[in-house]
Order: sequence, then C-alpha cells, then structure tokens
Amino acid sequence: MKEELETANRPDNTAFTQQRLPAWQPMLSAGIVIPGFVLIGLAFIGIGVALFIASQNITVLEKDYTGVEITSDCYKCSNPSDKNCTCKLDFSLSNLFEGPVFFYYGLSNYFQSQRSYGVSKDDYQLSGDLDYFKTPISACSPYQYDANQNPIVPCGSLANSMFNDTFKLYQIVNGTKKLVPFDGKGIAWWTDYNIKYRNPSVTPLKNAFNGTVKPPFWSKPAYELDTSDPSNNGFVNQDFLVWMRRAALPDFRKLYRRITEGDYASGLPAGNYSLEIGYNYPVLSFGGRKKVVFSNVSWMGGKNQFLGIAYLVVGSLCVVMSTVMLIVYAKFKFPEDD
Amino acid sequence: FINWDRKMFCPQCNTAAEARTTTLNEELGQVEYIFSDKTGTLTQNIMSFSKCSINGHAYDILVVLGNCELDFSSFNPLADPDFCYYDNGLLKSVKLGDLHSHEFFRLLSLCHTVMSEEKKEGELMYKAQSPDEGALVTAARNFGFVFRSRTPGTVTVTELGRPVTYTLLAILDFNNIRKRMSVIGIHMHAYALTQARTHLDIQQTHTHAHQTHLDVLLGATAIEDKLQEGVPETIAILSLANIKIWVLTGDKQETAVNIGYSCKMLTGDMTEVFIISGNTVLSVREELRYSNYLLFLPLSIYLSLPPSIYQDSISGEFALVINGHSLAHALEADMEGEFVSTACVCRAVICCRVTPLQKALVVELIKKHKKAVTLAIGDGANDVSMIKTAHIGVGISGQEGIQAVLASDYSFSQFRFLQRLLLVHGRWSYLRMCRFLCYFFYKNFAFTMVHFWFGFFCGFSAQTVYDQYFITLYNIVYTSLPVLAMGIFDQDVPEQRSLEYPKLYEPGQLNLLFNKREFFICITQGIYTSVVLFFLPYAILSHGTQGTGEPLADYQTFAVTTATALVIVVSVQIALDTGYWTAINHFFVWGSVGSFFTIMLAMHSQILFSIFPNQFHFVGSAQSTLVQPLVWLTIVLATVICIVPVLAFRFLKLDLKPQLSDTVRYTQLVRQKTRKPVGRCMGGGRLGARGGSRRSGYAFAHQEGFGELITSGKNMRLSSLALANFASRHSSSWIDTLRKKKHSNTHPPQRPGEKPHSNSTTVVQT
Repeated sequence: MKEELETANRPDNTAFTQQRLPAWQPMLSAGIVIPGFVLIGLAFIGIGVALFIASQNITVLEKDYTGVEITSDCYKCSNPSDKNCTCKLDFSLSNLFEGPVFFYYGLSNYFQSQRSYGVSKDDYQLSGDLDYFKTPISACSPYQYDANQNPIVPCGSLANSMFNDTFKLYQIVNGTKKLVPFDGKGIAWWTDYNIKYRNPSVTPLKNAFNGTVKPPFWSKPAYELDTSDPSNNGFVNQDFLVWMRRAALPDFRKLYRRITEGDYASGLPAGNYSLEIGYNYPVLSFGGRKKVVFSNVSWMGGKNQFLGIAYLVVGSLCVVMSTVMLIVYAKFKFPEDD
Repeated sequence: FINWDRKMFCPQCNTAAEARTTTLNEELGQVEYIFSDKTGTLTQNIMSFSKCSINGHAYDILVVLGNCELDFSSFNPLADPDFCYYDNGLLKSVKLGDLHSHEFFRLLSLCHTVMSEEKKEGELMYKAQSPDEGALVTAARNFGFVFRSRTPGTVTVTELGRPVTYTLLAILDFNNIRKRMSVIGIHMHAYALTQARTHLDIQQTHTHAHQTHLDVLLGATAIEDKLQEGVPETIAILSLANIKIWVLTGDKQETAVNIGYSCKMLTGDMTEVFIISGNTVLSVREELRYSNYLLFLPLSIYLSLPPSIYQDSISGEFALVINGHSLAHALEADMEGEFVSTACVCRAVICCRVTPLQKALVVELIKKHKKAVTLAIGDGANDVSMIKTAHIGVGISGQEGIQAVLASDYSFSQFRFLQRLLLVHGRWSYLRMCRFLCYFFYKNFAFTMVHFWFGFFCGFSAQTVYDQYFITLYNIVYTSLPVLAMGIFDQDVPEQRSLEYPKLYEPGQLNLLFNKREFFICITQGIYTSVVLFFLPYAILSHGTQGTGEPLADYQTFAVTTATALVIVVSVQIALDTGYWTAINHFFVWGSVGSFFTIMLAMHSQILFSIFPNQFHFVGSAQSTLVQPLVWLTIVLATVICIVPVLAFRFLKLDLKPQLSDTVRYTQLVRQKTRKPVGRCMGGGRLGARGGSRRSGYAFAHQEGFGELITSGKNMRLSSLALANFASRHSSSWIDTLRKKKHSNTHPPQRPGEKPHSNSTTVVQT
C-alpha cells in the first residue's frame, strides 16, 4: 500500500521529464569552423567570379529623355500643357548590341511603393467582376467615381497613373528610317495575365464598360488600349499589367518591349538609331526622371556588377577570417588530446 | 521540470518537489543570499535517543548502522519496533533491576506532556508537542517503562510489565526561563526534569542533551537531531557557487554555532568568528566596530580607498554570529549599514534567537542594501514572514506542517535538494530565459527594422515590406517553436557538471547573460541583420531581371525575397544558439522552415486567389520568385553575411576569452572522445552501441550522482576553486588543470592506487 502510494507520487522516469533526452551538442570547434570558412570563402569566390564575368558580358544602354537640359530634343515637350508632343532621341552603336535586346522605360523618384497608392485598386473589378464595375471599392478613392458619379473603370490611382509614353525605334540606314519591330507579347507575369487579371466575359468587351468612365488621365478607355490586337485590351493589356505590378523601389524600370523579330533577332547591328518618343507622361512636377534602357541578359539576368563583387568580397573576407582564426587558434588553442 | 525531477523526490516522505510559481524560475539562477532556518530545514527535526548517563555511568551508542542488535520485543512486548539502540549494557542494567536506571526511566515515562493513543493492544502511538519529548518517552518505553495513557489527573505507566497509575498533582510545563519541567505526583517525590540544553558535536550530528534531575541528578540523556542528508555538502557547494548562506534560527547561540560547525559553515580554520551578543545599543555598536576593525586591519594601508573596493578584497575567512537582542539594535537605522557591510564580508552569518519578524527584517535589509536576489528557506510557521519577504521563498515540507509550503514559491522535502534547485534548475532556467529573450529581441528587430529602412523608399507611407500573411504568421508559426524548444530544452552543460563546478553559477549572480550590454548586442545584431536583409535585395534586385527580361524589382518579388531570407537567417541563428539539439529541436527548426515554404506557396497559389481575389494579392509571387537564380543568390549571400560575423565572433571569443561553461563543455567533449576507446577496451558494448553524436557519458554520469560528490567532496572543492582561480589567468595554465582533472576522472580504473584528491593537490600547486 505504501509503495503504491509512493509510486503514484514519484515523478515519471522518462527521458523527457528528467531532461535526459538524447541530444547533439555542437561546439564551435576549430576542426569545423575554419575549414567551413575556407569552403564558404572559396565557393563564394568561385560564384563571384562567374557572376562578375557574366555581368561583364552584358551590354546596357541607358538614355535619359526627361528633357531637363535645353540641348535635349525633348526639352520642348517638358511643359505639361503641351499635349501630343513628340521628340526624338538619337544614338549610335559602334558594334553589335547582342540580342535578344530588351527595351525598358525607367522612372526615378517615383514612389510606386507608397502604401495608399498601392492599395488604390479594386481586385474584384480587375478580376472581371461586373458588380464592381458599378460600385468600385472605396480604396480607389479619389478615383472611384468621376464628378458625375459615374464609376471609373479601372478605378484607383495605380491604374489612373499608367505610363503612357510611346516609343518607336528606327535604324538610320543610308539616310532612311527603318523601323525596328517591337514585340510586346508576354512582357507581363504569367499569373497576372492568366489568373489575377481577367476581363469580364462579355463580348464585345466594350459593352462591359457601359455606364463607366475611363480614368481621368487616360486618353483611351481600357477596351481600346491596343487597337492593333483586340485580345490585348481591357485588364489583360500587357502594358497595363506591367504597370499594375508595382515597383518596390522609387527608382525602377519596367519592360516595354522585346526586340526579337526580323533583322534584329540577333541584336541591334552597329549603326545610327533614332528613338521617336510620344511624350505624354509628366514627371517633372514631382522631380522625377524618365529614361529608356536597352539591355540584354545572361543566365543570371540583367547587368548586376554588385552581386559578383559582393560575392567576391564576402568570399575573400571568409578566407581572411579563417586565416585570422587559424592564427588565433594556433596561439590559444585548447590542447589536443594526447 | 522541477516538479518532475526524480532526484528531488524524497522516498521517505513521499513528496516530490513542487514549483508553486512559474514566474521566478530564472531568478533561481541569480540567487546571491540564502536565508535558512535551522530546525527542520538543516536538521531533520526527527529526534532520536542516542546517549544517556545514569548515575555517572555513561551508556554510549555503538555506531552500528543498519541493523538493530537489541531485540526489545523479546522482553517488552510494547516496544516500538522502529527504535534502535545499541548498548547492551543499559538493557542489562534495567533487567538486573538497577534502582537508578529504573528511577531514570520512570521519570522519563512520567515527566512529559505527550499524549498517547492506543488503537489496539500493544500498538501505541505517541503524539508529542515537541519531537525531543517524544524521543525520550519512546526510549523509556523500550526499556520497559511504557507510558500507556493519561487522564487529566492520572498517568498510567506499565513498569516492566506491571501497570502503575500515578496521580498527577501538578505539571509545571517546560519553558525557556525555568529550563525545566516538573511533574508532581503521588507515589514519588517531586520530579524536576531540568532541560539545560548543552550541545555535543558528534561528527555531523547535532545533539541536545537533557539532564535529568530527581532531587539529585539521576542521569543525563542525549537526544540527537540529525542533520538532513547531504546538508554540509550542499552548503559547501552553494558557498563555492558564491552564494552566501545566513542561518536565521530561533535557537540559542550555542546551538546555532554548533549547527554551524556541523554544517561546515563554520570551520576550525576560520580566521575569526565574531560573536555579537551585546544587550545595549552601545555594546552592539562597540562589537560591530571591533569586528570591522579586525576585518579591515590587514588592509589598513588601503584605507584611503572607498570601502566598496577593499570590501571585496578581504582575505581570510570570517564568520559572524549575532543574537536576537543585538540584532534588534543592529537593525536600527543608524547601524544597519555598518551591520550589512560587516556581515557581507563574512563567509557565514548566523543569527540566533531571532523572532519571525526579525527574520523578515534581515531579508529586507539585504534586499535593500545589496540589490541581490535573495532566497529564504524554511519549514515552520515562523519562517513564513521570511519566505514572503525574500524574492524566492522555498518551503520544506517537513515535520512542522505546511504553512511554510503554502507561503513559498517552491517546495520540497529535503534541504539538500536546494543545490539541485539552484545549481541545476536555476542555472538552466536562467540560461534558457536569457537566450530566449536575446533571441526574441534579435528576431523581432531583424523583422521590424526592415520596415524602417523600407520607409525611405516608400515615402514613409507605412507600406509593409512583407505580405500581410507573413507578418501575421512570422511570430506565431515561422519562428516561435524553435526558440520555444530552445527555451525549454537548452542546457549548456549537463546537470552533473553544473554540480561539479559550482562556479558555473556565478554568471547568473552577476547577471552576465542578460544585462544592458547583452541586450544592446542583441539589438545591434538584429539591426545589422535587418540592414543586410533590406539593402542586399535592394542592391541586387533593383536592376536585376529575370531570364526573360522582366525586372525583379517589383514589390512582390522583393517581399518574397526578403521574407525568405529573413526566415532562413533567423533559423540558422537559432540553430547556432541552440546548444542542446534534441529531436524536438530538430523537428521545430526544420519544421518552421518547411512550414514557411509550404504556407507561402499555398498562400500564393491560384486556388486561394480564385476563392478570395481581394485577399491574396500575392498570387503567383512565390512560384515565380523562387525559381529565379538571382533570388537564391541573394538569399544565400544575405544568410552568409548575417551569420558569418556571428560565427567568427563566437569562435574567437571561445578561443580568446572562454567562459567556464565553454571549458566544461569542451572537456566533456574530449572526455567523451577518450572514453570511447576506453569503453571498448573494457568491453563496454553499451558505450559502443551508442551513436557517436550522442553523449555517451549519460549512463555513467547518471549513476554516479551524488555519491561521488559526497565522497570526494574535498577533491571537488579544491579543483573547482582552482579552476575558478585559473580561469581568470592565462588560458593555457588552467587548461592544464583541466587536463589533469580530466585524466584523473577519465582513467580511474587504470590508477586504482591513486586517490582523487592527491591529484587535485598537484592541480593547485600548478
């Protein structure tokens, strides 16, 4: 009886309750840390060299066309009251710009990552829900309804501020302008194009927009964004999708077109080029800048000197640290077991 | 875990240790002062009759442990079967009818206030007001003078099988002034039992002696109140751990001093024992001044320095004994500072004749002046005030009821469990709590500060860097369980090592593991991590593009990259912090990383988006981001940049400025390595069978337990003192000591002739 009572009160003898769970107790021993550092260092140096070489092989051509300087051809367009202004940007290539070449537009000091700007859109509307065509969500305000209480579709600041400069690239061959064909397909994310943004299933698309107005800054309604390709309209317009995927940083660039067709599939040959710009988008009012970027890519994406250098530096530091640790260890080491 | 600890279970009393509060565990690792009660705390409070002297003839105990040689039941059917007494001579003299012996035991059986209860014939139960009375009556009972029952006016005694009833005329109860108890009855003259308590120090036993008078001195009895098991060892270890132990007792000064000696709190080789027993303010002050003068005499050349400096550098061992009257004066406002400063340089302080209120006042005094964590331990109702005043109250569930237990934060049944509570559980709790807190600050700073940096790039618009679901789940799912597992299971050194090296306890007292500096380091590390986590993706992704030419600098890609890097970095960090990887830790760490990817892919999946298009904006982000080589290169780089400095720093710290715990861990590791071949030579299949990564020392160490500690108390004490001394000096020299110690412990079977402590003597000499 007494023993029974005793065993009832006695704590369980399990590895858990007695804190005797089998465990692995790692120590930062020199045998692991120093070779580990050397290994990491060497691996990083290797990767760094590869990245650096890959990045060196990438060509980037960047041109500002905001028109701040008087010498610039776009200076005349920098006045926001001037509508439908066109200007041109001339440049020459001394050797072949290897393809495929990607053509970007870039904006600086433009805070697409601003919170209230970013949420100023209606995901229901953009996924083709007709109920939200009539009553957009309030997050879109002040671009929810126009002055006549007509719903704006697509609503919100993000859509309203869509970039609307247009570009045409010509190669000057023997004094005549030869149009470089642009490819605007598949420049947006696959999920955006196929899942996130959907047009309402109404044909023709125009009818779905009955009773709505276009965003005030837009020159054309959503269903007429691309007159050349009827399937590239509404919310699945590639340029629209690119714009709606907002940038994280105030200095960003977005893909405009690819140069993959015709004579230019293998790249832009050496020669003189002229870029004709339909200058519509005002940035000077908030101190922004606009630029165009031509670039090709490697296995690791676009030009990225930083990554290669960072890998090289970190790798070297690891090796240096391991040497320092080796010296320290040799001086103050725990005695080896004899 | 404290409740579950088998080593704090007392089989005799059938009670396990109990933590009655959950908020104080980490303070157990920081205790600097212990205030202890004596009776029932240090001692068992179980009195046993051990010696007597009748008519000048002394009957000694023959110390034969284990079996009772005398068979009382043969001549006395009413004998208590549990009673052990080892002197045949006394029994013989009783049987022979020696008058003095008979008178002596008759007196013992009569002169008391014990109540008896007889459930059935021959089975007597005694209920004594005080345990020593009970012991005397039980002794008399076994020698044939059986106290059977009492009524208000009579006492019935069976004298050698013959029932005799005495009529009581008066009982003069025992009190401290008369120091005797008298029973006046018909049949005999007035008996006066004088209880002048004198104290004998028989090895580790504390003995009350009772002199018995019957007009003339009939004889003297000696009753011993055994010290609890392991008390001197516990006190020795705790004082090695730099915990100061004060005994606050209601007993007389001599009793207290004797207890002090038998507990090894006071030792013969102490330089000076100050006894303060003045009854007036002036004399107390005088005595305090005098002791101060003696204390600081060797340091008088430094007297120009402020007291705080030379207080710590006092050499020699001093002890202070103060009694209740003096204490009352010493606690007065103008003298308490002096009292505290004197008392704190003494290795042992004993306060005797103190009232419960004074106990609390002393604790309060130390709390006020020393800002140290105090622990009070006691078992009786008179300790309740002290237990409540101290930061941590420990109740001993012993003989004197459970008032103390009810007032306490922790309770167990034996004083010796205190060392386990403090050195093992307290230390671990403190360590765990510190690591837990540090990591918690770290990971939240790493998480949150990213937003601060992002603020510069989003126009300070409170845009979050991460997906809203990531923010919700980060602290709940992705990073909570590993740190919880660490906070529960982490141990830097195994339990037997922390008992072996009490110096390991010191970081807790000095609060070395979590102070402003450590906090600052954690925060800095967190901020550093957040800088890396934000600016690295910023630098890499801002102009990075996918293989298809699409830029990677969009918000959602950035969010996914940063979040992934964050989870990986903090997981690697917890992996570095965890010193004790159990299967649960593995499960939690890997599980957290796994759950992060699983949940993120689910959240960004098309199915969820098609159900709630307005809730899951990140559709497809994870899927398209995590296939980019650039993103992974960023994450790897961020992880390495965050972790490598920490790793290097810790490694260098380990080599340049190792903590004692690191050293102990290291020796553990080496020992484990050396043990393996030894184990095989000895044919230890059990050791060989265990995995290399497991700690093969477990089975051994577990069985060793206290026994080794107790038997080699001297060895342990010297070596750990030596360790502590040498740790502060150049590393290589104390490494030598460790090595020697290691050898002496690793190969005991090979050197049977050599005693362990001879080895550590050489250690001290080096």
